[in-house]
Amino acid sequence: MEQQPKQESGSKTTEYWRSNLKILGVLLSVWFFAGCVLSIFFVEKLNEIKMGGFPLGFWFAQQGTIYVFIVVILVYAILMERLDRKHGVKEDK
Amino acid sequence: MDIQTWTYLIVGLSFALYIGIAIATRVRSTAGFYVAGQGVPAIFNGMATGADWMSAASFISMAGLISFMGYTGSVYLIGWTGGYVLLALLLAPYLRKFGKFTVPDFVGDRYYSNVARFVAVICAIFVSFTYVAGQMRGVGVVFSRFLEVDINTGVIIGMVLVFFYATLGGMKGITYTQVAQYVVLIIAYLIPAIAISYQMTGNVIPQIGFGSTITTGERAGVYLLEAIDQIHRDLGFPEYTGAFGPGNKSMIDVFAITFALMVGTAGLPHVIIRFYTVKSVRAARWSAFWALLFIGLLYTCAPAIATFARVNLIQTLHTKAYAERPQWFKSWERTGLIAWQDKNGDGLIQYAAGAPFVGKPEFEESSSGEAVLGTFGEPRLKNVSTDNGNELYVDRDIMVLANPEIANLPAWVVALVAAGGLAAALSTAAGLLLVISSSVSHDLGKRILNPNMTDRQELKYARFAAGGAVVIAGYFGINPPGFVAQVVAFAFGLAASSFFPVIILGIFTKRTTREGAIGGMLAGILFTAGYIIYFKGFVSGATAADWWFGISPEGIGTVGMVINFVVAIVVSRFTAAPPLEVQQQVERLRAPGDA
Repeated sequence: MEQQPKQESGSKTTEYWRSNLKILGVLLSVWFFAGCVLSIFFVEKLNEIKMGGFPLGFWFAQQGTIYVFIVVILVYAILMERLDRKHGVKEDK
Repeated sequence: MDIQTWTYLIVGLSFALYIGIAIATRVRSTAGFYVAGQGVPAIFNGMATGADWMSAASFISMAGLISFMGYTGSVYLIGWTGGYVLLALLLAPYLRKFGKFTVPDFVGDRYYSNVARFVAVICAIFVSFTYVAGQMRGVGVVFSRFLEVDINTGVIIGMVLVFFYATLGGMKGITYTQVAQYVVLIIAYLIPAIAISYQMTGNVIPQIGFGSTITTGERAGVYLLEAIDQIHRDLGFPEYTGAFGPGNKSMIDVFAITFALMVGTAGLPHVIIRFYTVKSVRAARWSAFWALLFIGLLYTCAPAIATFARVNLIQTLHTKAYAERPQWFKSWERTGLIAWQDKNGDGLIQYAAGAPFVGKPEFEESSSGEAVLGTFGEPRLKNVSTDNGNELYVDRDIMVLANPEIANLPAWVVALVAAGGLAAALSTAAGLLLVISSSVSHDLGKRILNPNMTDRQELKYARFAAGGAVVIAGYFGINPPGFVAQVVAFAFGLAASSFFPVIILGIFTKRTTREGAIGGMLAGILFTAGYIIYFKGFVSGATAADWWFGISPEGIGTVGMVINFVVAIVVSRFTAAPPLEVQQQVERLRAPGDA
């Protein structure tokens, strides 16, 4: 069953929220960099570099970005779990 | 056994499985019906989300689209998976923590207004119906090709099946059938991809294979992508891996479309609702990871299939004699998804850039309804020729559906693809139908019209609404509106310019007010709808040259979203702050742990 949330003081909640926003900021920058900067804005420049049979920009647009996205969500889940633990949230079950 | 027997067998078995699951998971409460009792484990919710998310369009059409668009096709890959990241980071954990059942629930409660709730209900229903009609059509197409029944019969079979498990099991039934459907669809997608990758490049991993060298034939030893770029140059197409430039979309348009798809998918109610079904915020975050991993498996494979199919198609058909065309060409010719018009009378198939003729193929028929054949035995077309050298019409959907046949894979693989296409269409349809049903029974019925309704009554209405939605969806599947393509741009633009900004603002600001949210949603929707209606030919005379900043109607949701944000923020500044309890509610969303 769900545990009751601990009675947090206002400042502790603010601290948790700040850390949360910082994590989001960093991860969304990575998201934008892979999804838009590498795959769209600089694709033609990157295409001049070859990675095996792949022009690099094309590879990012059709492969690399998706791998980056998966890692972004994985890192988010791990970091948030660490943050939760620091703030006394118990694991499920 | 032939393809048809295999198809009956595999599709039949998969349907029996879905029905068995529906009976085993039937529910008796609204919490079970709307959110599966909030007891779905993260990894199963990840699979269910994957199946929910990947529609008939992802399974059947996406690889084909990329195949014809090359680099530009990346907008779908980046847009749909990138939107998922937004959903996982910015929406899912908070909405799960908020509790409740639906997206309009959140909008109505956060903005303390039944008007906002009502606007959200209308958007949710519109977006869902637009989508579901496409799914039902997909079911019909698969049935008609593989089982050789009428498209309409196919739609009706699909309707009956979804009706059965959606009304019986609600979200719980849908969730566990979606888990099974994910397994079916991913196997069906990967097996042909692996086989073709091995055939062409000797590499069994398609994601690596399409960057490898070709093993046999005249282009042996050449990198596959270099070969396709060369072929494209020879035939007058823009390079496959090349971006922008003549014959392609501009950079700003690629960016706008990608972004509109991202925020549009993040705002799709049937996917958001999946995160209500897990037991905690932590589980919501993990199921988001599992879901993108499962989705990524198909999405990274699709561009590989696209490249293989493109090379295969051109190598098997270009400058080959029509009379010696392969068997798959003959079977797909009957569906009108592939056609040949011999413009120069040499009996050879010439493929080049540009449409071969005006419109979709329309075959000539004699007075007795027989196909009229040309000199080389081809069914004659009524369509008016264009003046370019291209003689071949290929529908993009063929790239996935006919892929196993083009690559000479065994009959059971072809049957598996049919079952996979059906799984993709049915799973998405079921998720959408649940959104429609909960919007009607819960948001409209319980929260707006009759708050005193008992749980039993509400459940009855929910089942009734789900049943009604299936019938309406089926009707649109059988009689698709002639403007389906336009309407799909609409659904994404609408989701991008309505839900996404107000949900984000609702979580990340306390100051956004009821007036701001309603104003923002209306401004975003009206602008986006107006632009799409104006430039999609409903109003004559407007052309691509008139697009604002070179942004196509498909990408305009990005601008609509910005307008929504700006209006919501500005209006909120000049209206009274939200009540204290709403501000406290937002505060609770930001605290650690489950609320």
